[in-house]
Amino acid sequence: MNAPADACAVQVTDLTVAYHERPVLWDIDLDVPAGKLMAVLGPNGAGKTTLIKAILGLVPTAAGDVRIHGGAYAENRRLVGYVPQRGSVDWDFPTTVLDVVMMGRYGALGWFRRPGRREREQALAALEKVGMADFRDRQISQLSGGQQQRVFLARALVQDARVYFMDEPFQGVDARTERAIIDLLKELREKGRTVLVVHHDLQTVAEYFDWVLLLNVRRIACGPVETTFTDENLRLAYGGRVEFLQRKAPADPAPDDGRTPGFGFQGRIRP
Amino acid sequence: MTLLAELVTDYTLRTVSLGSAALGAVAGMLGAFAVLRRQSLLGDAVSHAALPGIVLAFVVTGAKTPLALVVGAALAGWAAALLVMLVVRTTRIKIDTALGLVLSVFFGLGLLLLSVVQRHAGAAQAGLDSFLFGQAAALVGDDLRTMAVLGAVVVAGLLLLWKEFKLLSFDPGFAGALGLPVRGLDVALTTLLVVAIVIGLQTVGVVLMSAVIVAPAAAARQWTDRLGRLVLLAGAFGAASGLIGALVSSSVERLPTGPTIVLTLTLLTLASLLFAPRRGLLAARVRRLRQRRRVAVDSVLADLYRLASQHDDPTRAPHAPDVLRAMRDGAGTGRGLELLAERGLAAREADGRWSLTPAGVDAGRRLLDGDAEAGA
Repeated sequence: MNAPADACAVQVTDLTVAYHERPVLWDIDLDVPAGKLMAVLGPNGAGKTTLIKAILGLVPTAAGDVRIHGGAYAENRRLVGYVPQRGSVDWDFPTTVLDVVMMGRYGALGWFRRPGRREREQALAALEKVGMADFRDRQISQLSGGQQQRVFLARALVQDARVYFMDEPFQGVDARTERAIIDLLKELREKGRTVLVVHHDLQTVAEYFDWVLLLNVRRIACGPVETTFTDENLRLAYGGRVEFLQRKAPADPAPDDGRTPGFGFQGRIRP
Repeated sequence: MTLLAELVTDYTLRTVSLGSAALGAVAGMLGAFAVLRRQSLLGDAVSHAALPGIVLAFVVTGAKTPLALVVGAALAGWAAALLVMLVVRTTRIKIDTALGLVLSVFFGLGLLLLSVVQRHAGAAQAGLDSFLFGQAAALVGDDLRTMAVLGAVVVAGLLLLWKEFKLLSFDPGFAGALGLPVRGLDVALTTLLVVAIVIGLQTVGVVLMSAVIVAPAAAARQWTDRLGRLVLLAGAFGAASGLIGALVSSSVERLPTGPTIVLTLTLLTLASLLFAPRRGLLAARVRRLRQRRRVAVDSVLADLYRLASQHDDPTRAPHAPDVLRAMRDGAGTGRGLELLAERGLAAREADGRWSLTPAGVDAGRRLLDGDAEAGA
């Protein structure tokens, strides 16, 4: 099960997903090198969440193959960590923060065995990392949105995975939590882990990520942020609904409207 | 008291109460998962759908053997549950519609079969129609043994797959990502639910069995925030209602057991909804009142302090209640002043005017400083 030091963390070929005959993802090919922080971008309904769920085998696929660090997904499942959308669960479920984090160990525990002291300690260490150690015995309904997100991150951390899939971890969190999450992502990258993040805020892409996938049912572009995160590709992905205000590079003859140049890209999605 | 004495000596009564308590416990425990997974109505569909299975089992075996009827009920209930899951997964029909369809089709078929079979000799005496509203008095030792074995199997399954079922109920997506066979676990948990329902059908009846699934869990949820305790408590509530309901219906002639158990459960649930310490309606009401009172006291204190601080010695600056009433539109001023006096923060002068005590001046200053900080 020990994966070879393959340079390619996630390899997807010909992935196609359809709901009631309507294609949601069409013939997706993807090669994500190990040790990258990759943003998955695209308009609503582009299939970002579906892509992650299809890779994880959570939705039926019409075609396609997924390999994780060179091995078939089913064999290398233990190398994968997952942070679902926060809104996908009932936060009034009768359980505690620590209990939820320990769920990240259920896969490694195997059938019938209950989590014990070891799992408890791993969970506490992960909670410490996301700054939630004091909340360990809290009923999960008493958490704020940002705290819920941190709990989900801690649960993924105890999976001790090599590739992480995160579905909108920045959704509805405050600036402090966003900062904490991005620090954590960078720490994961330093350890050689690969993280795929469904992301919405185009303004922070260049700051947070080094790899990017632009998606709109089909794969529009995938590659390093510098060469892939371009006006042209964004227009292709968002269908001209993005207004580009300013660009750092002077190559673009933007009219001088007196705005101070921002960090990298400044995009805005018109409603 | 005589009822309790009879419980020890009377074999029938003992059988009936043990059986009813067991069915309540098992149904309550499994019901906890059904409620958490928002599948309360699945229990309703399964119990109604069991009726044709019961009648067919009677037709096939030609006798009222408890095991045969239970197997028939379980097969029909299970088929209905799987059918609901299949319809939801493969068509655009939503769960509520699928449940409604399956319930009425199966139950209609059951009633039809029942009325046909009843017309033939022998069937009427078999008392198949007692399966509609339940008859605990009909329980015999054989039934009890069947219930005990099945109940033990269900509880053992629940304990064995505890963490898997917990994760399935809380976050099926994550369970799938971990590699757990979500669909298989779903079928397994549903199967346990079907068995739990079938255990109770003879005593409670197909019409009301779903209440024994849902109500104990709904009541227990009011008292605890832990899954383990929730399941245990739901089991205890179910057992208590089963016991009480069966005893009452056995001691009063022609009182069907199902409705008696369900009424007992209703009282328990109602009490839980009203009186539970944190989630109860009463507790919420008390919290709201307390908060309202605190706001009233604070605002009277703040006004009094603002008035007093314009004087050289704030503790010797009495003001009439009417002044305060004018400052804050009147509501609750008198009560607020009395509460301040109780806490030793304000005092009433001989002329009916009010002034702050030294402690009140401190409290007022703290209050306004706190507001300023929070606002900054």
